Amino acid sequence: MEEWLKEMQGLFPEERVLTSIADRHSYSFDASFGEHLPDAVVQPKDKQEVATVLKLANAYKIPVHPRGSGTCLSGGPLPVHGGIVLDLSQYPAEIDLRPRDLTVTVTPSVLTANINKEAEKHGLMYAPDPSSAHVATIGGNLAENSGGPRGLKYGVTKDHVIGLEVVTPEGEIIRTGGQTIKNVTGIDLTKLIVGSEGTLGVIVGATLKMMPKPPAVQTLMVAFDEVRRAGEAISQTLISGILPAKMEFMDQACIVAVENFQPVGLPTDAAAVIIIELDGHPETLRVERGLIEEIMEEMGAKEVIIPKSDDEATKLWHARKQVSPAIAKIKPTKVSEDATVPRSKIPDFMDQLELIKEKYDLEIVAFGHAGDGNLHPNILCDKRDVEEMKRVEKAVEEMFEAALELGGTLSGEHGIGTMKAPFMELELGEVGLDMMKRIKDSWDPNGILNPGKVFPEKGQKLVLHHE
Amino acid sequence: MSNLLKEKLGYDKTFDCVQCGYCLPACPTYETMEKETHSPRGRINLVKMVAEGKASVEDMREPIEKCLGCMACTTVCPTNVQYGAILEGAKQVLDEEKPRRLVEDFFFQTFFPSSKWMDALGNATWAYQKSGLQKISQRFGLTKKAPLPIHEFEAALPPMPAPKKRRGRADRYIRKRPSVAKVGFFQGCVMDSVFFETNQNTVELLLRSGAEVVFPEGQTCCGALHAHTGKVDASIELAKQNIEAFEQEGFDYIVNNAGGCGARLIEYHHLFEEGTEWHNRAVRFVECVKDISEVLVQLDGLVFEKTMDRTVTYQPSCHLQNVQKVTSEPLALLQKIPGLELRELDRPDFCCGSAGVYNIVNYEDAMDILDVKMQDVCGVDPDSVVTSNPGCLLQMKLGIEREGVSGKIDSVHLVDLLLEADPQPK
Repeated sequence: MEEWLKEMQGLFPEERVLTSIADRHSYSFDASFGEHLPDAVVQPKDKQEVATVLKLANAYKIPVHPRGSGTCLSGGPLPVHGGIVLDLSQYPAEIDLRPRDLTVTVTPSVLTANINKEAEKHGLMYAPDPSSAHVATIGGNLAENSGGPRGLKYGVTKDHVIGLEVVTPEGEIIRTGGQTIKNVTGIDLTKLIVGSEGTLGVIVGATLKMMPKPPAVQTLMVAFDEVRRAGEAISQTLISGILPAKMEFMDQACIVAVENFQPVGLPTDAAAVIIIELDGHPETLRVERGLIEEIMEEMGAKEVIIPKSDDEATKLWHARKQVSPAIAKIKPTKVSEDATVPRSKIPDFMDQLELIKEKYDLEIVAFGHAGDGNLHPNILCDKRDVEEMKRVEKAVEEMFEAALELGGTLSGEHGIGTMKAPFMELELGEVGLDMMKRIKDSWDPNGILNPGKVFPEKGQKLVLHHE
Repeated sequence: MSNLLKEKLGYDKTFDCVQCGYCLPACPTYETMEKETHSPRGRINLVKMVAEGKASVEDMREPIEKCLGCMACTTVCPTNVQYGAILEGAKQVLDEEKPRRLVEDFFFQTFFPSSKWMDALGNATWAYQKSGLQKISQRFGLTKKAPLPIHEFEAALPPMPAPKKRRGRADRYIRKRPSVAKVGFFQGCVMDSVFFETNQNTVELLLRSGAEVVFPEGQTCCGALHAHTGKVDASIELAKQNIEAFEQEGFDYIVNNAGGCGARLIEYHHLFEEGTEWHNRAVRFVECVKDISEVLVQLDGLVFEKTMDRTVTYQPSCHLQNVQKVTSEPLALLQKIPGLELRELDRPDFCCGSAGVYNIVNYEDAMDILDVKMQDVCGVDPDSVVTSNPGCLLQMKLGIEREGVSGKIDSVHLVDLLLEADPQPK
């Protein structure tokens, strides 16, 4: 056995340093692509233990890959260089809510949905709502800077963090930011670490902002005969003085897939639907609902459906949640992207997707958070079909190019990880990427923390096929 | 890796898993064993690794054998992964690799399918309890010397009826002519020996509902325990016997009162290849299989007038809830009893840890799971915990003992509680 592993085993209880084949395989994947076997999985239970792992890893130059629940869609926790998976999901979960400050301090293993659940007891909410919130840890959400449907009105994870406790790659424990809403003391390290995908430090605590929970919500569903028209209607709504909490888009392929999977009565003859959620005081909602109905009519909507009960509204949102599993029935492998464009460019981006779909003869469907320009084009394929996967690789590349050309970005909320790293220079330019890399190198001189993520390795290309 | 192994392991089915992790919060063993290796996603991945030759069959043994098979993961899986089929395939492969153990062979080839042995078990339990031996051996800790933690369970056994009473049961009951429905009663093995009274009470409820009840001859063990331990061939043989037994007359319902058995019975058609004669026969059988709670709700032939001043909570059998998808009926029946207060558990869908023979084979792990369950139960503070499966019932009794609240809380089968409320025919 290697020296470093022997030493690690001396520092931790036996059951928290996992080295069996079965255990190592169980931490070799996440919800994205790829399979990488770590040498060991270590489960720290406090920040000193995290520091211990990092100090040891530094001494022996062993890669450390932090991991929460492993729901990442971009490969963040994959141990691409072997070494250690640092499993933070078993860290004690603590939620310290301070309603009078409208803040909450949490440990990294807390499930994101539980923060909101706790907040609601005090009439508050924690706004970011990634669809995996009931499984994913806040630590993972912070590292990846996760979003969710409510991002349209409330922003993504980074907009709700005011302070962090972090173990640096060299094993020192630091605090960034603090407890106050306003804080301009020095360079904003909090924002630097949020979304750095575990490359700059291991988050062991966070102070988050909460907001008042809106007293009421109103759901509407609008159907369109043309995709372009749906896109234009979204833009029109957003410049008319209304800011919905969510504006979700589904194209016809998604509608049909959901209806085949678990029918809820979506209009399968529509080219696209938008599901909208307004939140606020009931009086405001009544006015805004009327305005939206007017706008949609003017924009040539086919139909505006207003659910008659909370139950019906819940069903519509459930249908939206079913898109992801439903489309998996089209073909078993799902390559899910989250390239994002300026909102006004959604119709153009949709046109581009149509062209790419025809060019590479692939099943591409689109749904997602259209209100903030964050579409999720999904390619349905079969990873056992090598030839098809090669076409998928090319299509993904063109998708990114199209998004960037329209002034967009590679990722709206999933992160870069392994899959999008090859395209970083395309968006940032050589110098831009180098400035990022310099930050990484100065924080992590030995390059042990989550190597192989965010930054492309020499000549790295997107590979989805296995010969 | 051979294609045969891949097929047995359900390799193609593992691709339905997109590794989203939505199963993690639903899995009891992921919670108590604190690692991904003991989660549904982890297990499916390991099966795939074994099929691809990246891990050995032995590598997956512990994670697969420590799965409760509660199927809670299948109720939250967004892509409908056939976890049950993958698990059973893995168990079959593991079973074939393992050197045979005589005790286990006896257990599964002779003991469980045999009504004679089950009779003997029931009789022995009765004699043991009546003779005062139970008290003596409990006092001296004799049962604690048994190789498996039998002593824990035997304290939880219900009082046995005398062998004479058990032998005296008729195989055909009718009280009202014409009856509203003809019921074929699936008696089960443990249910019909250790829980004989519950079976009798089930018959009584059906009779009061206006049904005719028949115990078809030749029926045998459902085969659930065999399938759970990878003995697929044996479980197919048992299925055939049962299908044959219940084909002898036309039944409106084939009724059972054990969630675990019922879950096996309603999946009989999966044991045979589609299009074959046996598959067709199994489909016809399965169409009639119902849990007692479903039938009582459907027949709707009982009125509950007697007030029962009691607070209860319902611990659903995982197999009744997650495989048979029977969720609302037991609750609807409980709500009919005047005066009865029903308090729901915080996490009713969390397994109690009984899981067939899991609590005997993996005792320590089962107790960790039971402790989580009991914390929930004690928080609700009921007078009774109502269950719908013999294994759960024993496990809950054990949990109550372990918590030291046996004077305060008891555990009861739904059927027994319903009859205690003394409903009358409508």
